Amino acid sequence: MEFEAIIGVEVHAQILTKSKMFCRCSADVAHAAPNTHTCPICLGMPGTLPVINQAAVEATVLTGMALNCTIPSFSKFDRKNYHYPDLPKGYQVSQYDYPLTKDGYLDVQVNGETRRLRIRRVHLEEDTARLVHEGDTSLIDFNRSSLPLMEIVSEADMRSAEDTYAYLVKLRQILRYLGVSTGNMEEGAMRCEANISVRPVGMEEYGTKVEVKNLNSFRSVRLAIAYEIERQIGVLEEGGEIQQVTMGWDEAGLRTVFQRSKEFAEDYRYFPEPDLPPLEIDQALRESIAARLPELPDAKRERCVMVYGIRSEDARLLCEDRATAGFFERAVEAASERVSAQTVANWIVGEVFRLLGESGQGIDQIKMQPEDLAALLDMLAGGTINATVAKEVLEEMFTSGQAPDVIVERRGLRQINDQEALSAAVRTALDDNPGPVAQYLAGKEQVLGFLIGQVMRATRGQANVQIVTELLRAELEKRR
Amino acid sequence: MKLDREQVLHIAELAKLSLTEEETELFSEQLSEVLAYFEQLQELDTDDIPPTAQAIYQRNVMRPDTTAPCLTPDEALANAPQRKGDYFQVKPILD
Repeated sequence: MEFEAIIGVEVHAQILTKSKMFCRCSADVAHAAPNTHTCPICLGMPGTLPVINQAAVEATVLTGMALNCTIPSFSKFDRKNYHYPDLPKGYQVSQYDYPLTKDGYLDVQVNGETRRLRIRRVHLEEDTARLVHEGDTSLIDFNRSSLPLMEIVSEADMRSAEDTYAYLVKLRQILRYLGVSTGNMEEGAMRCEANISVRPVGMEEYGTKVEVKNLNSFRSVRLAIAYEIERQIGVLEEGGEIQQVTMGWDEAGLRTVFQRSKEFAEDYRYFPEPDLPPLEIDQALRESIAARLPELPDAKRERCVMVYGIRSEDARLLCEDRATAGFFERAVEAASERVSAQTVANWIVGEVFRLLGESGQGIDQIKMQPEDLAALLDMLAGGTINATVAKEVLEEMFTSGQAPDVIVERRGLRQINDQEALSAAVRTALDDNPGPVAQYLAGKEQVLGFLIGQVMRATRGQANVQIVTELLRAELEKRR
Repeated sequence: MKLDREQVLHIAELAKLSLTEEETELFSEQLSEVLAYFEQLQELDTDDIPPTAQAIYQRNVMRPDTTAPCLTPDEALANAPQRKGDYFQVKPILD
């Protein structure tokens, strides 16, 4: 029997704000010592009054807009009641029936096909404290308590691990483009839970769904979902039944493991948060947020192909993140007429990416300015330097941030275009290598490359390769 | 509507209360009485009235995203029944 999988995901993303969701404690808690970022509000003391952080609301609405959601004019916060030590108030402030944004979608590419995956809602809530389990005791750090958290809930439109992976990668890319979250899964800034069920192809009703937690990387999302689908199909094929349970991903064992049963339906007794007046997202606020919506990756990629005429694969690589796309565009804008956008793209995707990979830096961290890359490529196009030297200069620009003309002058790297000087170097190379010369004259023309290399070495890589090649051919003919 | 024993015990469970047999019986009656009062409200026709989340009309009470000094760990932990280093310490949580 053929089975199909039905998958929906809930993503929690920490919102990049300066202060927490409902108090003015600093939200910069990533490397902070325990319980150094707390106050009576985020410790959940009775009698405190939370106040909504406007930046968190705006970041959520902005995200909703980027995900093609509608923004209802009315929204409110609710209390989600449950007992757990990471939540001393006994409830989490979240949003129940009036989320800030809803009914969106994300188009993703899966195996060359565009899939539209619907998004049910994006709402705003507070994070809980961090628990550290230590032997026979548990420790609590309230630094994370009440950090602003966005919950992005998809519809159950995904049918495979690949769908889900593509969705999450695209979602993270958009969060980063918007600057609303780092989207870093390994650091817990983006967390994912998947609801997975399988059913025989053609069946209308859904199978029993299983929730999979502890997906701490994109890799584990893909592996866990693929594993869980196979597990459920296996159970059904053996005539078994799927239990409604929560499973966890076992990173070491590469399998999903039983965490707890869901025999008791969750009973959160949501009710309106009386301490927080509702929100009205009126036309003016909506427009001011919409004005901050940057060009998103799909649109940017299409524009790069249309406007600059670069290859779509290069456009995809360059638009992967906003900083790289910005670097490319600034370089193209600064480039002279004799430097094509495709040349700029080639150098960024090739040499600059290689240097970034080796240094482990992001493109927004390097000293080299895009305008200087444009200047370097102009020197190359104009024949002031050759390609080998350009790569060498680029490396120095990358580490020192110096302008290319300064480096070329200081190191005397100008290309030698002087026929006479090069003729001398060519003759010397031929005199010093009688063997290869004889081979060439005997018809083995491949040795020309070796002879070019000899001249280039003698001129410290600065010779104009084209002129050297012509001179070599002519001089060799003379010796026939 | 009379709340049965099961329902009272469920509510007690959610509220983390352990009730004696007598209390269960007593609260079953008292809670039912409270519910009966609210049932009177159900008689009103509210079909055309939007739900009200708050009794006072206030909207968009927000603050700018600025920070203020926090408590020191000692201040934060002053009421903790148990601490370990600068952490609050609680009984082990398995899940």
